[in-house]
Amino acid sequence: MTGSVPFNIPFLAVAALIGIALFVIISKRNLIKLVMGIVILQAGVNLFLVTLGYREGGIAPIYTNAPEGVMVLPVPQALTLTSIVIGVSVLALMLSMIVHTYRHTGDIDAEKSRRMKG
Amino acid sequence: MRRIAAAVCLGIVVAFLVAAALLLHPFGHPPSQMDDYMIENSQNETGTNNVVAAVLFDYRGFDTLGEATVLFTAVTGVVMLFRVVKKKEEEHK
Amino acid sequence: MSKIVRTVSNQLILLVLIFGLYIIMHGHVTPGGGFQGGAIVASGTALIIVAFGSYEVQKRLKERHLSILESGGALIFIGLAFAGMATVFFYNFLVGSPVFGHIPPFGPNPGDIWTGGVVPLMNIAVGLKVLAGLSAIVLVMALASSGEEMEE
Repeated sequence: MTGSVPFNIPFLAVAALIGIALFVIISKRNLIKLVMGIVILQAGVNLFLVTLGYREGGIAPIYTNAPEGVMVLPVPQALTLTSIVIGVSVLALMLSMIVHTYRHTGDIDAEKSRRMKG
Repeated sequence: MRRIAAAVCLGIVVAFLVAAALLLHPFGHPPSQMDDYMIENSQNETGTNNVVAAVLFDYRGFDTLGEATVLFTAVTGVVMLFRVVKKKEEEHK
Repeated sequence: MSKIVRTVSNQLILLVLIFGLYIIMHGHVTPGGGFQGGAIVASGTALIIVAFGSYEVQKRLKERHLSILESGGALIFIGLAFAGMATVFFYNFLVGSPVFGHIPPFGPNPGDIWTGGVVPLMNIAVGLKVLAGLSAIVLVMALASSGEEMEE
């Protein structure tokens, strides 16, 4: 490990976020808490994409009135933008389905609303 | 019994993630061959000052097209789920 | 909501709209662009829905007008991608031409708006699409959770 940040602390933070999110998804039964776990997972993946492209002592990759310094990598920032928009879309669809399930069965428990009634 | 198996599997996945985080490149010195080309040549070829906008709309325009499609599908799905269909009352005599 | 909240949000929605359109238009010079500016204007719509109630907003801002705006934005985006079809799909054919065609000098410089080629036009198209899509999502979900029905 020859960097100036010891033990790659941002990547360890990403591993902790994904671990917490997977624990919430596995062990909670309320549907709203399940959706919150999925949102934490999306946040962890976005953080990983942004911290992959950091250059030490870097400035933003924009040439308008730019100060002195090397520029950070621009491609991971573009991929993170796409990922954030897709995360918002998936969250909107999941919340609509929860409202629909609550209207039809009156219960938001993941174990009770599993069986399809014919 | 199921909870013990779930906890063991979660432990294995988190161990792999931590191992990958420690074995990645040192933070602050990424390998950057494609991005050096884009920072050098984006003002000549695309003519924008904002390199991120040039990457999003010119060098990688297909990804933006896919993302616009996902946004459109999500909006269609949400509006469709909340539509009210009025049933006509019929009398069977 | 009370009278103070309604009056202040009446004045604030103009500032939010102008700021969002500024971020969309200057997307190729400063940080920002289509997605960011569209999200800002959609948050202005959410402010109006919280202040006035979703039934009052739904009488003026119907969902089918937002749908026309969103489809128009998507069609302009695909039309601009097909217009450079002589070379390749998504080719930037406006660099060097009289419309949006200046080339900035190399290195740090004060920005010029009249640069960029196809990128400012694509920013406007994507900004319209995100604005209409997120406003439609917020409006429909606010209507459904307050018990009203959506007009056809």
